[in-house]
Amino acid sequence: MSQKKPEKLIDENDVRFDGRKLNEMRTVKIEVGILGNADGSAYIEQGKNKILAALYGPREIHPKHQALPDRAALRCRYHMAPFSVQERKSPAPSRREQELSKVIRESLEPSIFTEYYPRTAIDLFIEVLQADGGTRCAGITAASVALADAGIPMRDLVSACAAGKVEGRLVVDLSDMEDKGGEADMPVAYMPNLNAVTLLQMDGMLTGEEFEQVLNLALEGCKQVNQLQREALKAKYEAAKEKGKEEEAEEEAAE
Amino acid sequence: MSSIMAAKVRQKRIAQLIARGKRLDGREPTDYREIQLESGLIERAEGSARVRLGKTEVLVGTKIEVGEPFLDTPNEGVLTVNAELVPLASPTFEPGPPDENSVELARVVDRGIRESKAIVLEDLCVEPGKKVFIVFVDVYVLNHDGNLIDASALAALAALVNTKMFNYEVKEGEIKIKPGYKPLPIRNYPVAVTFAKIGDKLIVDPWLEEEHVMDARLTLAAEKDGKICAMQKGGYGYFTAQEILEASKIAQQKAVELRKLVVKE
Repeated sequence: MSQKKPEKLIDENDVRFDGRKLNEMRTVKIEVGILGNADGSAYIEQGKNKILAALYGPREIHPKHQALPDRAALRCRYHMAPFSVQERKSPAPSRREQELSKVIRESLEPSIFTEYYPRTAIDLFIEVLQADGGTRCAGITAASVALADAGIPMRDLVSACAAGKVEGRLVVDLSDMEDKGGEADMPVAYMPNLNAVTLLQMDGMLTGEEFEQVLNLALEGCKQVNQLQREALKAKYEAAKEKGKEEEAEEEAAE
Repeated sequence: MSSIMAAKVRQKRIAQLIARGKRLDGREPTDYREIQLESGLIERAEGSARVRLGKTEVLVGTKIEVGEPFLDTPNEGVLTVNAELVPLASPTFEPGPPDENSVELARVVDRGIRESKAIVLEDLCVEPGKKVFIVFVDVYVLNHDGNLIDASALAALAALVNTKMFNYEVKEGEIKIKPGYKPLPIRNYPVAVTFAKIGDKLIVDPWLEEEHVMDARLTLAAEKDGKICAMQKGGYGYFTAQEILEASKIAQQKAVELRKLVVKE
């Protein structure tokens, strides 16, 4: 439902309209392996964002002419549900969605050993169920976890976070209202262990000095996201381990 | 085809040279190719410009029509940027609906113009919420020899500067066209500067064969006061934070040079 825009997005004490500090991210919740059919999947909630990512493959590629002789073809579809935004969004892919599908694919490909699976397809689907700013970053974060969940060999997890400028102040992880009412938004995706920035976009205006500060804010955010991704992946396997132990105990008891 | 798809040997040569800070065509890492700019060659268009960047050639035409504003900006005119990778421009371009490359090209050009608030869109409102002018910027790639983004952004800016609006008056809610023209209201001059990363080196204005070798691409748009107003990374490689900061500094300098081609002070 609609939110009313407050008079000021950030008050005189540097508190943002949703109660966050300037360098504070929204609450992030990541769940791993929640879709039955997919080879890997993840669900992320970041503030009011609710996004699903599913991975199929490596699998046979159709149409065949898309096959690459030396590596797997990573294909990516970023899509928003018609009910995910205030005004209904037509389900046909918009130009924005086409561009985001491309940059998301290019942000994840450096992390994958695609050369292990020549002539196959790795298909990634990102569905935004509810959008509240920063969906491309949250989508990348979830997608990278889904790739790991599918057991695809990877160089590092890709963690994404935006930073920007709102009412003259530099902030991390902009919500939709801050993005629209703010001066600049810079989404970044990052592989922390390789110091590699794999997605970098910006709109809005920043001086050279602000540019550097915003980039660093976003990278700090990415590092925090990386921790959460790791914890989410661990949690899935720890849960499986616990379950295995319980079953073993039950079997022993039955004997 | 052999001249288009750089042979593997040649690709290796390009990469080896760049590792030593040299380029196959003799340019320095931060040199642009020769740029030629011509404005106003399409009389039917409200504005037009052609940029030749080495052998890359882009034609941009603008048209102005009357239409409805967006709901969230009822008092502003509308900017629409579209890009066509015309099949005559390259053996790799095919007819059909815009693919992701042309969508990305259009959106990166759009972002620079929009975020620097280059066009005074408030002046293009006829009747708030009902009637505004729509500025169509159509990017037409005529020959693809690399770095379409910079050539297109420069041609788009030149075409906007060249755009003339008809005089009009509003009578009973209808627009009556009057004789004479005035320039489109422009307040900022964004310029895009694109880098290619090859190995661990950055070069500006990659031509086609360098694009075949590059790991990743980074475009920064700078506005007239030197602020950075748009950015886009492309390609399957990555950049380090240090490389991004280095690129932002070079882009700010290069943008000043490029802007002089369009805006004579």
